[in-house]
Amino acid sequence: MTATGTLKVSDLHAEAGGAEILHGVDLEVAPGEVHVVMGPNGSGKSTLAHALMGRPGTTVTAGSITIDGTELAGLPSWRRARAGLYLALQHPIEVPGVRLEAVLTEALRETDGDAGRVASSLDAEADAIGFDRRFLDRALNVDLSGGERKRNEILQMGVLRPRFAVLDEIDSGLDIDALRSVARRVELATSEWGLGVLAVTHFRRLLQELRADRVHVMVGGRIVAEGGPELADELDTSGYGAYSA
Amino acid sequence: MRTFPAEESAALGGPAWLSNRRAAAFERLVGISPPTDEAEVWRYSPIGRLDLDAYRPVAAPEHGAALDGALALADEFGAGPRAIVHNGRIALLERRGLPEQVVFAAASSLETEPSGFGEVVGRDDFFVALNDSFTPDAITLEVPARVTLDEPVVIVHWCDGGTGDGPAPTTLLRSLTRVGEDAEARVIEVIAGPADAGPGLVVPVGEMVVGDRGRLSYVMVQDLSHDTWHLARLGATVGRDGTLKSFTAGLGGAYDRCRVDAAAVGQGSSTELTTVYLGSGDQIHDVRTLQDHVAGKTTSDLLCKGAVAERSRSIYTGLIRVRNGAARSDAMQTNHNLVLDASAHADSVPNLDIEENDVRCSHASSVGPVDEDQRYYLESRGISPDRAERLIVLGFFDDIVERSPVPSAAGPLRRRIGQRLAGLLGRGGESDG
Repeated sequence: MTATGTLKVSDLHAEAGGAEILHGVDLEVAPGEVHVVMGPNGSGKSTLAHALMGRPGTTVTAGSITIDGTELAGLPSWRRARAGLYLALQHPIEVPGVRLEAVLTEALRETDGDAGRVASSLDAEADAIGFDRRFLDRALNVDLSGGERKRNEILQMGVLRPRFAVLDEIDSGLDIDALRSVARRVELATSEWGLGVLAVTHFRRLLQELRADRVHVMVGGRIVAEGGPELADELDTSGYGAYSA
Repeated sequence: MRTFPAEESAALGGPAWLSNRRAAAFERLVGISPPTDEAEVWRYSPIGRLDLDAYRPVAAPEHGAALDGALALADEFGAGPRAIVHNGRIALLERRGLPEQVVFAAASSLETEPSGFGEVVGRDDFFVALNDSFTPDAITLEVPARVTLDEPVVIVHWCDGGTGDGPAPTTLLRSLTRVGEDAEARVIEVIAGPADAGPGLVVPVGEMVVGDRGRLSYVMVQDLSHDTWHLARLGATVGRDGTLKSFTAGLGGAYDRCRVDAAAVGQGSSTELTTVYLGSGDQIHDVRTLQDHVAGKTTSDLLCKGAVAERSRSIYTGLIRVRNGAARSDAMQTNHNLVLDASAHADSVPNLDIEENDVRCSHASSVGPVDEDQRYYLESRGISPDRAERLIVLGFFDDIVERSPVPSAAGPLRRRIGQRLAGLLGRGGESDG
């Protein structure tokens, strides 16, 4: 299965905590592509991730977010998810008493109607990224380490098979082996079902493991440079300072 | 005490020790004023609204059809030894393979007073004195040293409740559980009655004595009608290196009061108190706990979780007391309250009374609606707001129900809570079309 529509972000302005953080962001991710947004702390990367997913408290004030031409900006997050968007959270939280399988079954029941495959794909996805199967019976993220929670985000992505995944600092909290297996899973998904990826990070380390098609540099709530993976090498020598707004 | 006369107490009969005990208690009772909400232990409670003249001791019942409901309940909670207590009278008692040396009996069938009876909860509490004066009988379970019970003992207290005519029935329930040295037992008490029972008052008093290195797991489930007042008092003492795990669930009741005092009296003993409640309509759930560290190196861990919906409210008051001499003790107290509707209300009042220096105490509490971040997390997976809330609230309860120290109680509890929540959540209809 190969999807055709793109995730298109146009002139996106967003506020959080009463201040405008994003001052007009443009991005376009085609199915199967991997885009990486790099930027220093406070550049607006996480706000971008939450503005895309529709987190309460992060308000899109202008611009648009579309998948396949369908406008998402005014929709609640669950509608955006059903349109094919997924967010791997930077800090996945515990939800006591709510089992992972129950969440995924509920999510699939309402989208593609094939909730029956959750149990089998959970095992396969867990093995693919080295997520201990014993954790599958736990309540969501309860008693999981930071790294296990990050893997759990990718595991859920693998079961839900969204069209586009936003990965918010997926590399933080993962050791190099874990990051490698997560990156392999994400790359495989791009060919397996044409997943489009927008990964947000401030470490170049991610780019050493995840093969990116495009790199965008974000500073002060704007994309200030774009290019191929080689852009990351330039950043390594010049730093973000060269782009200061 | 117009509606609770001495003659009714005397007419309850039984062996001499029991009659004498009631008579002495009645003397005590008339000297104690009924409590008001000005007393610290009844703060925030509606106890001032209780008019005892509107109640009288419940009459002896015809067992008949009520027993079927009680037996079905017993089956639901376990297949082992059981007792059915109907309006405070022991209607059925089956040992079902209990070891011979275990005493499992109606107190009224014993020739002498069981040792420890009344010693845990004391004598100065009004409702304990009322119970002492008017309880028709008591269930006693005594597990001698080094005996382990394989199956949980299930006691179902079936309370008929009122019809609305004349003074409402008051049912006084009593149990005494003693677990000897190195012995182990699991006990479930279910307090229930017809769901449509009219006004009534149910006053259970349960005492637990755990010997050195003994282990007792105790579950109490209260599922009375929403017109019934339930004023429960549980007390426990735990001997050296012994363990008490207590779990109480408050589901029914108009005013549901459950006070649990657990004293770690032997060095190295531990108590684990878990309590859960669910309020709807105009219910009031009032949970009061005491983690009493009497000896050194004792541990206690309390977890109270509950939810209030509609116009219901809850009060949690918990005291950790570490007495002089209880050095190197460790106490934890956690209370989480979910407020599901704007018209519902929850109060959380933690207290510490520490007389030792070398101790560890921690407490945490929260009161509020379903967590926004949890909701966003589930919604970001494509789950509609109604269904996300349902999952989170069911999970909130699952998280505590699965801690039941007697596993066979978890399923029945989960079913009851699930049924209640089904009617309380997502009343806005499916907005996810």
